[in-house]
Amino acid sequence: MHTTDTIKDTEHHGPSYTLFVIIWAILLVLTGVTVYAAEIDLGFLNVVMALSIATIKASLVTFIFMHLKYENLTFKIMVLMAFAILSIFIGLTFFDTAYRVAV
Amino acid sequence: MSDTVMDKGFFAPKGGSKIMEWLFTTDHKRIGMLYLWAILIFFSVGVCLGLALRLELFAPGPTIMTQQAFNAIFTLHGVVMIFLVVIPSIPAAFGNIFLPLQLGAEDVAFPRLNMFSFWLYIVGGGIALTSLFTAGGAPDTGWTFYVPFSSISTTNVSVAVLGVFVLGFSSILTGLNFIVTIHRMRAEGMTWLRMPLFPWALYATAWIQVLATPILSITVLLIAIERLLGMGIFDPARGGDPLLYQHLFWIYSHPAVYIMILPAMGVISDIIPVFCRKPIFGYKTIIGSSLAIAFAGSLVWAHHMFVSGMSDTAVMVFSFLTFIVAVPSAVKVFNWLSTMYKGSIRPEPPLIFALGFIFLFAMGGITGLVLGSAGTDMHVHDTYFVVGHFHFVIFGGTGMGLFASMHYWFPKIYGRMYNKRIATWSAIIIIAGINGLYFPMYLLGLAGMPRRYYDYLPQYTDLHQLSTYGSWITAMGLVLMFWNLWHGRKHGRVVGKNPWGAATLEWTLPSPPPTHNFDEDPIVTHGPYHYDGLIPEEDAVNESEGDK
Amino acid sequence: MSEHPKDYLGAKMGMWLFLFTEILLFGGLFVLYAVTLQRYPAEFHEASKMLDTTMGTINTIVLITSSLFAALAVTALQKADIKKAKIFLILTIILAGVFLVNKYFEWGAKIGHGIYPGSPDIADWAPGKQAFFALYYTMTGLHGIHIVIGMAVLGWIYWLIEKEKCTPDYFIVLENGGLYWHLVDLIWIYLFPLYYLIA
Repeated sequence: MHTTDTIKDTEHHGPSYTLFVIIWAILLVLTGVTVYAAEIDLGFLNVVMALSIATIKASLVTFIFMHLKYENLTFKIMVLMAFAILSIFIGLTFFDTAYRVAV
Repeated sequence: MSDTVMDKGFFAPKGGSKIMEWLFTTDHKRIGMLYLWAILIFFSVGVCLGLALRLELFAPGPTIMTQQAFNAIFTLHGVVMIFLVVIPSIPAAFGNIFLPLQLGAEDVAFPRLNMFSFWLYIVGGGIALTSLFTAGGAPDTGWTFYVPFSSISTTNVSVAVLGVFVLGFSSILTGLNFIVTIHRMRAEGMTWLRMPLFPWALYATAWIQVLATPILSITVLLIAIERLLGMGIFDPARGGDPLLYQHLFWIYSHPAVYIMILPAMGVISDIIPVFCRKPIFGYKTIIGSSLAIAFAGSLVWAHHMFVSGMSDTAVMVFSFLTFIVAVPSAVKVFNWLSTMYKGSIRPEPPLIFALGFIFLFAMGGITGLVLGSAGTDMHVHDTYFVVGHFHFVIFGGTGMGLFASMHYWFPKIYGRMYNKRIATWSAIIIIAGINGLYFPMYLLGLAGMPRRYYDYLPQYTDLHQLSTYGSWITAMGLVLMFWNLWHGRKHGRVVGKNPWGAATLEWTLPSPPPTHNFDEDPIVTHGPYHYDGLIPEEDAVNESEGDK
Repeated sequence: MSEHPKDYLGAKMGMWLFLFTEILLFGGLFVLYAVTLQRYPAEFHEASKMLDTTMGTINTIVLITSSLFAALAVTALQKADIKKAKIFLILTIILAGVFLVNKYFEWGAKIGHGIYPGSPDIADWAPGKQAFFALYYTMTGLHGIHIVIGMAVLGWIYWLIEKEKCTPDYFIVLENGGLYWHLVDLIWIYLFPLYYLIA
C-alpha cells in the first residue's frame, strides 16, 4: 500500500484502505479519550472538552471518510456555510435564553 | 409565423394518455405549468377564504359565520396562502420553466427529483386539506401553530402539521435542484456574472430553502409528537419552554418571507430594464443585495417576539439586526428607479405590474421598520398594523411579482398575446384595490384593533368596511386579469419569438419553447441586459394600433 | 436511478445539499438541547448519570466501525473489486443492525424502569431531568429512524451492485449512500458525549 501517494492522486481513486483504517483507529482512540476525560470533574469544562473532541472526530469523518478533503473549494465553502448558519441559529438564540430574567 | 398552424412546442402531445404524460412528466416546463395551475387553484381558494373573512368583519358581532369557523378560516387562509401559494409561487412555477431556459440548459439538474417535488407538493396540500374534514375538524391555531394552544387544541392540528412537513420537503428539494442546476448546468459562456438576475434571485432563495426549511420540518414534527406522545418538550412544568417553539418557528418562518419575496425581486429586476431599453443599474449590487438579504434574513427572526417575554437583550439585538435587512432591500428599489431614469420607457402591462410591485412593496417595507423597531412594535404588535404590513409586502410584493411574471412570460409560454389594454386596467384596479383593502388596516392597527379577532368595537366599523370594499375591488381586478389571460391563451394575437425585445436566452427560442429547449447548446457572449440591435416587436404593433 | 445522470459532481453536490438539510433538521433539536443544558446544568449532570455509558461507548464503536466499512466499500468499488465492495457493504448494514439492537435494549431497560416522557414515575422529578429525557428520546429516536432509513438505502444499493446498475464506472450511488451513512455517524458523534458523558 502506498499511503503517501494516494493522498496526492486521490482525485480519481479516493483514499486508500490503509488511510481509512488509520483514521478509524484514531477515531477509536479519541472515543476512549473522551470517555476517560468525562470521568475527571472539570465542571463546565467537561462539556467544552467533550464537544471539542467530538468536533475533531467529526472533522476526521467529514474530511476523510466523506472525502471532503479531496473535493473542490465550492464544496468546502458550502459545508462551512451550513455549519456557520447552524451556529448562528444556536448562538443568537442565547441572546434570549442566557439573559432571561429568572423564570 | 403562420396564424393557423401554430407549433405547440412542449405542449404538443407525445402520444399515449394525455393525463399520464403530464402527471409523470420530467420536462421542467411541464412541471412548471403543473405548479402554476395548482398554485392558481389554491390561490383562488385562499382568495375566497380571505373574502369571507372580510365579509365577516364588515360589521361588529356575528355577520356570516361562527367564532370557531372564523378561527378555522383565518388559519386555513394563512396555511393555504403561505405554504401552498406564496412559497412555491414564483420559484416552483416560473423558476422551473425559465431557470433552465435562462441558463441555456436542457433541463434542471435532477428532472425526476423535480417531478417528485411536485408530487410531494400535491400530497402535502392534500394532507393539509384532509385535516379540515377529519377528526376534530379544521385547525384553529393560526398558521403559526403556536404552543401551548397547538398542543392542546382539539382540532386536527396533527394532520395539518404533517401536511406542512411534506410541503417543506417539497420546497427543500426544489431549492436543492436549483442550486445544483445553477452550479452545474450553465451553458458555455454563461459565467456567473452573465446570469440574469432572476436566476441569481432563485439561487439566493434556494439556499434559504435548503438551510432554513429543515428547522420548520423539525418544529412541526415536534408539535406532532407532542400531541401524539406527550413528550413535554415545550411544557414548562416538565422543563420545556414554549418560547423555544417561537424561536424555532421563526428561525424558519422569517427567512421564509425572503423565500417569498426574493424571486419576485428577481423577476422585477429582469422586467424593468427590458421595458426601459437600458441595462440594469448596478447589476452586481443587486446580486450582492440578494445574497445579503438571504444571509441577513437569517439573523433577525426574533423580531416577531418582542412582546413574548424574551430577554431585553435579545429584543435590542434583534431589533438592531432587523434594520440591517432594510439596507439591501432599499438598494434594490433605488437600483430599479435608477434603471428607469432616462430610459426609453414602454408602459406595457408587465411594467405596470412591476411598478405596482415597487410602490406596494415600499409601502409594506417602510412600515416594516415601524415593526422592526422594538419601541414602536410594542404599540402595534399583534394588531391590524402587522396584517397590513404583511399583506402589502406579500400580496403587494410577491403577488404583483407573480402577476408581472405571468404577463411578462405569457407570450413565451403560449406564443400569443393577451389584450394589453385590459391587462393594464386590471393592474390598475388591483393596485387600487390592494391599497383600499390594506391601507385601512394600518389605521386600524394604530388605533388598537387586534388581529385575529372575530368581533370589534363600533368605532372600528368604518375602517373595517373600507377594507372590505377594497377586498371587492381587488377581487374584481383579479377576475378581470385572469379572464383576460385565460381568453388570451386560445384567442390572443399570435406573436413572434421576442415581443418585448428582451436579451435573455429564453427569448431566442420559439414560443412555446420546444420540449428539448435548445436545438444546439447556446454559447453566450454577452450579458443579459445587452439590448443593442433588439427592437421590441410590440413597438410596431402598438404603433399600428395607435394609427387606427 | 436507472438513467445515469451525466454529471458526477452535480449528483454529489446534490447529496451534500441534502446532508445540510439533515444537519439543520437535527440542528433545531441541538438548539433546544443547548438552551436546556444551559438552563439546567445540574439536572442534566444528574440525569446523564442514569444512562449506561458502556452501552453508549459500545454503540459509538459499532457505528464508527460501520462508517469505516462504508468508506471501504466505496474505495473497493472504485478499485473495481466488486466482491470486496459487497462484503464491506454487508458488514456496514450488519453493524447498523447491531447498533439498533443495542439501542432497543437500552431504551427497553429505561422504559421498563418507568423512565420515559409522560410516565407517572418521573412526574415528580425536577423539570430539568424530565427535559433531559424528553430530548434524549426525541433525538436518539430521530437518529434511530435515520439508521433504519440508512440500512434500507444501503440494502437497495447492494441490490443495485448485484444488478450491475452501480459499477466501478458508475459508483456515484454508492458514494452518495456512503455520504448519508457517514452523516448518521457524524450526528451520533455529537449525541454520544452530549447525553452519556456530561455526567
